[in-house]
Amino acid sequence: MRLSPYLYVVPFFAVFLVVGVYPMVYSGYLSFFSWPRYGPHHGDPVGFANYAHVLQDPVFHKAFWNTIGIFLLSSVPQVILATVIAAMLDTQLRGRTWWRMSVLLPFVVSPAATALIFGSLFADKTGLVNEVIHAVGLPKVGWHSDRLASWTAIASMVNYRWTGYNTLIILAALQAVSSHLYEAAAIDGAGRVKQFFHVALPSIRPTMLFVIVTSTIGGLQIFTEPRLFDTNLQFQGGADYQYQTLTMYVFNTSNSATDPYPRAAAATWIIVLIIITIALLNFAVTRMIQRRSER
Amino acid sequence: MRKLTIRRGGAVGSAVALVAATAAACGGGESEATQSELGKDDVLTITTFSDFGYDKLIDEWNADPDRPFTVKMTKIADWDPWKKTLTQDLQAGHGLTDIVAVEGDAMPAFLADGASDQFADLSDPELEDRWVDYAYQAAQTADGKQIGYPTDAGPEAFCYRADLFEKAGLPSDREAVKPIFESWDSYFAAGEEFVAKVPGSKWYDSSGSIAQAMLNQAEFPFQTEDNTVDVENPELEEVWNTVTEYSETLSPQVVQWGEDWTANFRNDGFATMPCPGWMFSNIKSSAPKVEGWDIVDAFPGGGGNWGGSYLAVPMQSEHQEEAQEFAAWLTAADQEVAAFDAAGNYPANLEAQQVLADRNETDAYFNDAPTAEILASRAAAVEPGRPYKGDKYSDILGLFQTAIQRVDEGSSPDDSWETFVQAVGSL
Repeated sequence: MRLSPYLYVVPFFAVFLVVGVYPMVYSGYLSFFSWPRYGPHHGDPVGFANYAHVLQDPVFHKAFWNTIGIFLLSSVPQVILATVIAAMLDTQLRGRTWWRMSVLLPFVVSPAATALIFGSLFADKTGLVNEVIHAVGLPKVGWHSDRLASWTAIASMVNYRWTGYNTLIILAALQAVSSHLYEAAAIDGAGRVKQFFHVALPSIRPTMLFVIVTSTIGGLQIFTEPRLFDTNLQFQGGADYQYQTLTMYVFNTSNSATDPYPRAAAATWIIVLIIITIALLNFAVTRMIQRRSER
Repeated sequence: MRKLTIRRGGAVGSAVALVAATAAACGGGESEATQSELGKDDVLTITTFSDFGYDKLIDEWNADPDRPFTVKMTKIADWDPWKKTLTQDLQAGHGLTDIVAVEGDAMPAFLADGASDQFADLSDPELEDRWVDYAYQAAQTADGKQIGYPTDAGPEAFCYRADLFEKAGLPSDREAVKPIFESWDSYFAAGEEFVAKVPGSKWYDSSGSIAQAMLNQAEFPFQTEDNTVDVENPELEEVWNTVTEYSETLSPQVVQWGEDWTANFRNDGFATMPCPGWMFSNIKSSAPKVEGWDIVDAFPGGGGNWGGSYLAVPMQSEHQEEAQEFAAWLTAADQEVAAFDAAGNYPANLEAQQVLADRNETDAYFNDAPTAEILASRAAAVEPGRPYKGDKYSDILGLFQTAIQRVDEGSSPDDSWETFVQAVGSL
């Protein structure tokens, strides 16, 4: 019976078609039409006008660089930190379970709560962070007005939430590495650091790839943190769009005055293309590294 | 293998059929829903946002054995998420309740061609004089279709810190401060005197609220009468120049509703703020322990209205007649008084305003100010039809507030204005 495996996966794919593929295809279709706000039907086809509008919109350009900036400030330190913490947890610590669980704790806190806490920590005039900075005699930082500062604040929120999660995944992979390898390396005279770089890291490459890819996708789709961090009443991602991300751009566009849905749909498809490009780049780079290490 | 292909084709086929069916179901229609009558236990539905003060009223309605129908209310925390749902369900053609609450600044967008067709006409000659004129007219299309009944209004007075006024050597008595709030010139002049004497405090709560107050007195701030967008007009430029000029000296340069803004209520951050009725409860909850707040029955440059909502009936409702009847009941004098008592929303209903004024209520928190009397007098000072709100009013207002925030945060007024004009252009 070679049919049954297919039957088993049909329910998933049926649901996926309806709630996943159909909206995607329909949004692609919609991006070529006009649709006046509050109107019950979409209007006339407009060709690539919606794409042209989005690509020429200076706010979209800003949102693109903001997303890249926040992504780099969050994903890179996050993966490095997670690997280091995982390596430290992969030793004979006292109260290991306690340490491991506490690493995951921030992940359990809901993103909305995290954003509230960080929002008040990073409040420009009365926040704790600025009070401390001021107390040491340094000038206060405009966490919501300076572009780089706002990225840093948002990235710290993201890192707070996701570092522990990635740590546990990497830790699980590290524990699967056979102890014989370490012993053999030790006999060959490799120290702890050398063992980590030459035994542990190469052994968990597939897991690292998974962590990097998921945090890349997550980083490019970042929405909750900047949106809840926003003090601008129109949620423009700061008054000067300092930290408006691409997904926020889509969300805001879907509420704008002219052709809200088609323009938002066009922006979504541009983002899809951006993510695919970066994912391919990611793939090519890791392939290259893998080839080089296999040689 | 061949058999398999066919089977797979079948599965894809049925999935495609399912998708097609969903698509068909989602296809919106603007045609009016078939009407059906409601019995005593049939349910009429209503959605409101934040707090309209209706809980008790609806409980009482449902407890009445002689009620014509039963009412069920859905409450949504904030206007913004509800606005999204409302917009989507209008476009989908189904999913809305029989009565929907609409926020005042968004009303002009719903009055535009295409959007107004999706609401039932609620005009009723017997009712049209029931509410403050300006509130009622703001829910009327150019050709006289009434799509909403006003629930409340936001005539503005000014709230001020009498203790800080004393500290600065200004008069602090409710009557004696009136000259300060006579015109914008006297208001800003007093502000400069104030900040010179009390360096730790600013004059007003935020640049945004002063901009809002001045805009509410402009005639055509963003759009001309035929809804052409025109932001480079002298009226708006004056508001812009004034607010940005005083940003550095008189404003704490914080954003309304934010952390820093709320904190300023407690640490003497500012001395005055424009005060519609619904603001009273905001002040009390932000600064429960601060003594010295008072309210003056005056407003620079005349009057102004900030806020106020409506009840509307979408065409997709199957019980439009009952919905209109119930919306009229909720916005009648007794019910608007009850809503004021429950949630502090100052009524748009004229008779209800009179009832409140006659009660001669005072508020101990605001140094026993006669709040109802002050608000009634402020409502009379509002000029109907000002500002003109075109279909993009709330969009442009948002961008304008954002532009002011940029200046507060250190951008040069010219750069910020340029960004504003560009953003308005791509709306």
